[in-house]
Amino acid sequence: MTLSTNPSSSLKMTAQSDDALAAGLSAAARPVPVGKVSASDVSVFYGDKQALFDVSLEMPDRMVTALIGPSGCGKSTFLRCINRMNDTIPGARVEGRIMLEGENINDRGVDPVLLRARVGMVFQKPNPFPKSIFENVAYGPRIHGFADNKAELADIVESSLKRAGLWKEVADRLQAPGTSLSGGQQQRLVIARAIAVSPEVILMDEPCSALDPIATAKIEELIDDLRSQYCIIMVTHSMAQAARVSQRTAFFHMGAVIEAGATDEIFTNPRDSRTQDYITGRFG
Amino acid sequence: MLIWIALLGLILFSVTAYTAGRRKVLSAAGGRSRLLHSLPGYHGAYLALWTAAPAIILLLLVGMLGAQVEELILRGEPPAAVSALPASTQDVFYNDVVATATGGQVSQTVYDGALGDAFAAKLAQAHEIHRNLITGVLAAALLMALAGAAIAWPRLSADFAARPRVERWVAALFLACSVVAVLTTLGIVASLVWESWRFFQAVPIFDFLFGLTWDPQIAIRADQVASSGAFGAVPLFMGTFLIMMIAMTVAAPVGLFAAIYLSEYAGPSVRAVVKPLLEILAGIPTVVYGFFAALTVGPLFRGFFNDIGAQLIGGPFDSLGLYLMQVQNQMALVAGAVMGIMLIPFVSSLSDDILNAVPQSLRDGSLAMGATRSETITRVIMPAALPGVMGALMLAVSRAVGETMIVTMAAGLQARATINPLDTVTTVTVQIVTLLTGDQEFDSPKTLSAFGLGLTLFLITLMLNIIALRIVQRYREQYD
Ligand SMILES: Nc1ncnc2c1ncn2[C@@H]1O[C@H](COP(=O)(O)OP(=O)(O)OP(=O)(O)O)[C@@H](O)[C@H]1O
Ligand SMILES: [Mg+2]
Repeated sequence: MTLSTNPSSSLKMTAQSDDALAAGLSAAARPVPVGKVSASDVSVFYGDKQALFDVSLEMPDRMVTALIGPSGCGKSTFLRCINRMNDTIPGARVEGRIMLEGENINDRGVDPVLLRARVGMVFQKPNPFPKSIFENVAYGPRIHGFADNKAELADIVESSLKRAGLWKEVADRLQAPGTSLSGGQQQRLVIARAIAVSPEVILMDEPCSALDPIATAKIEELIDDLRSQYCIIMVTHSMAQAARVSQRTAFFHMGAVIEAGATDEIFTNPRDSRTQDYITGRFG
Repeated sequence: MLIWIALLGLILFSVTAYTAGRRKVLSAAGGRSRLLHSLPGYHGAYLALWTAAPAIILLLLVGMLGAQVEELILRGEPPAAVSALPASTQDVFYNDVVATATGGQVSQTVYDGALGDAFAAKLAQAHEIHRNLITGVLAAALLMALAGAAIAWPRLSADFAARPRVERWVAALFLACSVVAVLTTLGIVASLVWESWRFFQAVPIFDFLFGLTWDPQIAIRADQVASSGAFGAVPLFMGTFLIMMIAMTVAAPVGLFAAIYLSEYAGPSVRAVVKPLLEILAGIPTVVYGFFAALTVGPLFRGFFNDIGAQLIGGPFDSLGLYLMQVQNQMALVAGAVMGIMLIPFVSSLSDDILNAVPQSLRDGSLAMGATRSETITRVIMPAALPGVMGALMLAVSRAVGETMIVTMAAGLQARATINPLDTVTTVTVQIVTLLTGDQEFDSPKTLSAFGLGLTLFLITLMLNIIALRIVQRYREQYD
């Protein structure tokens, strides 16, 4: 497993952090937690244009890592590297290493289709399929053959909807179209769809930006719940949201990671002036 | 000639009005257009519209109705020699007078004696009426232009609301154009219905719709017509249906799969080449497909089936072999297959647009779940696009039903109620063409039956199009 070589995420400790506890490490020493996903020297090109410059970042298991930074700085691009969705963009090229559980996902031998079953993704705008609520959640288990019979499938759907906190609202109308739900419900539906295949990592690209404050609060609560089982990587434009739900934060600027570390530290004691400016709302 | 000069004068006049109107309000506002309610151009346009529009409307009306009015006046006081004639001969007489006066087609009747005198008198009168009408109309147009300008001119002032008024004129112009389009369509349908009605008086509608034999008699003499013709349209509609089915069997899968390849698999560079290529294919005239069918595909298919027949003869399938040996160049299969090829670009181009309208977020969502491309297509994209694709196929069907050229050249002319693709068949459109080409009396049931066929076909394609548009629309609403 490679440790990050990024100097901005060097060892450091502060007393007020509960980050280390969450990572299950002793409070005495706070090294950078070993990443479930760890990126080293990742560069991305769209045609001739370089969008990411040698990004290295550790994203530990059972934590929420927030990616923040001004618009167009490459957060979504980086997120799409982790489930190789950049492969689907014509002209996109990824360099560098991204290790998932000790395996470089950019290796030739890795099938992106299988990788994406392990790395789920939730998009900015809820995108339920034009199918029933049940079929939306059953989609992944069906194509990956996770259920041997109908009863098993129904179990998976039910437990996924329960974990996504949507079960109570839709239990009596599983056959209604997924698009008939409200925006917030749809976003929880696609989260249920993502966790139905029991991924190890969940990527979220601004999952709350299309939602009102109440729906946002529900999703944040859900993310906090899910943290106990998954490695969650989330892009957000809301500093408050990053502070509320994430344990680690990486600040992106012009395609590079400027600073990364425990969330409370980044927010209370940023070391780079650009981070400070961004967090305090002076640019971006 | 005079009319054109008048039109030119009118245009010059209204251009002058435009500049004069502008200048008037500008000077009223002391040169500062900020003080005006509407920009100076609107005032100019308002004045120009009032100048030109009434006169132009008058000229258009005269252009459309002038000839009728002239003939009405001409028939006003008939000479005794003419009123003695039977009504139909009177018509010929007046037609000849008008035709001689305006340089049209004259019948070969010779007018002499009292009739000759009457002819000369009426001819002189026709010339005079024409002259008077033209001068009268030109004078009236000039007066109207002046009157229009005189009405509009005093209204122009700094706070006159010219802008919304010009807007209303523009709206009226567009309305007029769309009314023309609608009226033309209605006119065509009305004439179709009228002629069909005449046909259905000679042939009962029930016999036409459900009769099994189509054998319109050829009229040798006018009094011999349609005593024994059979006008059962079922064989024609069966032929149409058979060829349409064959065509869709070719066009639907190939066109659809090509569209899927284009929108889901092909890279931008392939797309950039193939998509315009398909559109060029869609622009090939059907007559070209027709001779491709008749000269290339027909003989090829015939040779193929004849060879199989030769193999089978003498064996247990002897009679089938004999039949296959006698297959002709012209058969439903050839026409249908070539029509299918013609429809491929049509289907794939439409379906490609529909597949592209499926939001990218659905594709991303499915791929991010770990689905392969083909799983994404069959499980997410196709279900989402299905209504739209069905609509596209319906449009293709109604094109296949209306297609004439390929069938004329490749399917034969025999009206047969068959579903055997190796038979020669004929279709509704082909029969309409054969019924109406060449010299025909246009009041025999034989020729009128073309209108009956046309009306029925029109109703069928209309229904298909309505259904198709409904489906496509509902699909659109889903994502907008
Ligand atoms: N498909 C693409 N083709 C070409 N360039 C792209 C593509 N996607 C992103 N880019 C470019 O890459 C850079 C990073 O884009 P990215 O979407 O990762 O930014 P982001 O940080 O997610 O921004 P936002 O906060 O607005 O979502 C931008 O300059 C963008 O123009
Ligand atoms: Mg983004």
